[in-house]
Amino acid sequence: MNLSLTLTINGERREIVLDDPRVTLLDLLRERLHLTGAKKGCDRGQCGACTILVDGERINSCLALAISYDGAAITTIEGLAEGDKLHPVQQAFIEHDGFQCGFCTPGQIMSAVGLIAEGQACDDPERVREAMSGNICRCGAYKGITEAVIDASGKLSAGKERDAA
Amino acid sequence: MSDIASLPTGSRQRQGSNIGQPMTRRDGILKVTGSATYAADNNPEGLMHAVLATATIARGKVTRLDVEAARAHPGVVEVMTPENRPPLATDPDEKTNPFAFRLDALQNDGVRYAGQPIAVVVAKTLEAAVEGAALLRPSYETEAARVDLEGESFVAEIVGPGAPGRAASGDFDAAFASAAKHIEATYDTPPQYHNAMEPHSIVVRWEGDSLSIDMPTQGLAMAVGRTAELFGISPEKIHIRSPFLGGGFGSKGLAAGPQVLGILAAKLVGAPVKLVLTRQQMYGPVGHRGQTRQTVKLGMGEDGRLAAIEHHTLTSTSRFDDFLEPASNVTHSLYAAPAIRTTHAGSRIDIGTPMFMRAPGEAPGSAALESAIDEAAFAAGMDPLDFRLLNYAEVEPISGKPFSSKALRECYERGAARFGWSKRPQAPRSMRDGEGRLLGWGVGTATFPAIMFQAEARAVIRADGSGLMEIGAHDMGQGAWTALHQIAADGLGLSMDEVEFRSGSSDLPNAGIAGGSGHTATAGTALHGAGEDVIARLTELAVNDEASPLYGAGNVGVVARNGRLVRQDDESRGEPYAAILKRAGLAEIEGRGQSAADPAAQERYAMDAHGAVFAEVAVDPNLGQIRVTRLVGAFAAGRVINPRMVESQYYGGMIWGLSFALHEEAVHDKRTGRIMNANLAEYRVPVNADVPSLEAILVHEDDPHVNALGVKGVGEIGITGTVGAIANAIWHATGVRVRRFPIGLADLLGGTPDVSDKGV
Repeated sequence: MNLSLTLTINGERREIVLDDPRVTLLDLLRERLHLTGAKKGCDRGQCGACTILVDGERINSCLALAISYDGAAITTIEGLAEGDKLHPVQQAFIEHDGFQCGFCTPGQIMSAVGLIAEGQACDDPERVREAMSGNICRCGAYKGITEAVIDASGKLSAGKERDAA
Repeated sequence: MSDIASLPTGSRQRQGSNIGQPMTRRDGILKVTGSATYAADNNPEGLMHAVLATATIARGKVTRLDVEAARAHPGVVEVMTPENRPPLATDPDEKTNPFAFRLDALQNDGVRYAGQPIAVVVAKTLEAAVEGAALLRPSYETEAARVDLEGESFVAEIVGPGAPGRAASGDFDAAFASAAKHIEATYDTPPQYHNAMEPHSIVVRWEGDSLSIDMPTQGLAMAVGRTAELFGISPEKIHIRSPFLGGGFGSKGLAAGPQVLGILAAKLVGAPVKLVLTRQQMYGPVGHRGQTRQTVKLGMGEDGRLAAIEHHTLTSTSRFDDFLEPASNVTHSLYAAPAIRTTHAGSRIDIGTPMFMRAPGEAPGSAALESAIDEAAFAAGMDPLDFRLLNYAEVEPISGKPFSSKALRECYERGAARFGWSKRPQAPRSMRDGEGRLLGWGVGTATFPAIMFQAEARAVIRADGSGLMEIGAHDMGQGAWTALHQIAADGLGLSMDEVEFRSGSSDLPNAGIAGGSGHTATAGTALHGAGEDVIARLTELAVNDEASPLYGAGNVGVVARNGRLVRQDDESRGEPYAAILKRAGLAEIEGRGQSAADPAAQERYAMDAHGAVFAEVAVDPNLGQIRVTRLVGAFAAGRVINPRMVESQYYGGMIWGLSFALHEEAVHDKRTGRIMNANLAEYRVPVNADVPSLEAILVHEDDPHVNALGVKGVGEIGITGTVGAIANAIWHATGVRVRRFPIGLADLLGGTPDVSDKGV
């Protein structure tokens, strides 16, 4: 049984044929398309390491069956930088040391990008902590993560204001 | 005073200025772009997927597996059971050395703990392998299992990684009996699981009788050694790559059964295999911190001066191997008392063998001791910090040895000042925040030994004057790619960009193990030594070459500065590395370095890092809900290589302390022996919203004795002190002394007067 679907992944349209309906979006990315940035930490939607953007919204890709996303636009960590130019959230994670082992980092960053796009108040540490709490970091880099999200959010909104002016 | 390991000038002079700088992580771009390759990110051609089936009973044996059903599932290639598992050259139950822990590699049909691997299904796709494993539907002969500490116990002579289980100084019984005041209290800590974000994994390919492996490990050389022994092949035929670990915390220190099963599965099917544990499968075959029940007895004078300390730990190990959490041993070094006695007992239960877990011994031991010290301070009518200062250990209490360095007083002072400790009221239940929550302040002393393992490193200076440093070190998040590169660059007198730094692979010089907070000290000292060696060889060329401006400068000394060798008495006279090599007609020059603990220094000094942690908690008076609102830690751990990375280690450690105090606990079903919360939703670890305002103060400390770099270690100390500080703050907030961890609201219900007054 072959199932076909079309996904736009990091701006590139991909025609995908699956031989198995059980394939999750995460396993499709990692094991079949070899986009291994998104990580599997629990496969149960409990840790957030697999967070990606689907049509601009952050989701746990381990809980998403690939065939139910026909036509979706997907952004993974690999699609965030523009060439050598890091996304402001990526840059802020480095500057604020918002990671240690780095395993949860792709999920943290995609979650942060999604959060900022949601227009939540990203200048309030309490709100950021709460809204980033779907992404576990066992190394305990939370202080840097929170600072990075606030910093990047500020830079992104300043950039938007400049663009609008 | 004759210091045996003082730093001679010249030969051990620092060459550069990278050490001490807060560089951002060298692997940062790889990690934020998803390009850092963890083991399971490898997908070699022809890869098959292996999935474990694990026991759902805790004791007994497997009587049947529906292998046919699994085999019949489309995509399944093979089912590996004890029947068809390829042979091993060494029995995985044989203890060939003290670090060879018994592994479960399908050697028989026995089950000795819930979650033990009982079969491996290999398939063309992950989905098929998962389904195949589910189709095995095992039947068992089940025996009654025990998973608590209530059964028989034995006296533990050896605890942790080979430490003595008993120690004493002075006459505890007499000193305790004659003390004016006594504290005796028992504290329980639960089984805890490392839960690194990256599940244990392996991608393995056999090439004839050679093995190519991608696998996260905190000890490349030891992993090669165990694999060679188990498979009966020479270590040279095994190549393990571990450039990045998605966290380890001790669980990836030694080879684990599931990874051996991955290698066996690849052999069975004759194809590359990827085997990744599920989160649930990490609760059993890859180690944990054993539960403890600790009894602390303190005898003191009317003035609060400690006269006697006893610390006894009862802890669990498996039925089939020994790893006993050395929790009592923290009492050897923390507080002065003329009589100290530490003992351990073990209890065999039906669990996977416990293992090193971040601050093994010190984490639960300090939780108990720091709580007991707080109870003693209150009984003595003293401020808890004053009580600690009164009983400050000027020498290591158990041995009488001087400390190689100890800036703990300054840690107390600076931490207390930053926290505002002087405003703390003595009586519990005497502070509230604006929302009416009970506020409490607590303090705990942090300590962790400064450990050195053995390592080697290789340094090269190339014809163009650039450098190369090689060491098979491990970065599990602590920042080895950065901190060791800084040390490497200084060792060669070059900038970091001028030095290529190779690490994370078993074909590089042995870096020992990333554990015991000793990796930067161990690997760093080897790199430092390799740098010295290659610079000495280069110097030898220059000072004996008439054409060199350094000719004959051997006696005044030569130092490396920014890619040049220069006279120590006149740094304007010298020449670039490249010029020396060119005249000598060399394409490169090589040096080697080693590191190991200095037994003479160890004999003479006690070597520990120290710190003080201050915690504020807010407790809802009606619900008992606990929030940590502030943590301030001040730590002194010798020379700091990279303050940005060191701060992050302290923050991470303090968050682990918070987790120990309030969150983590594996809960067993006592009827079946199974863990009921083997997942990241119910085995609670802190999320971002659980983490309060954190501050880490880096207290300057020079230590000429620990190693040539003066580095102690920072990875584990943050947990110690923090657990006790939070528990003590909860007592100060509520007046309720909870002696079990993690502390939850249920522990406060009925004990907080507001709660009982209002009948909640």
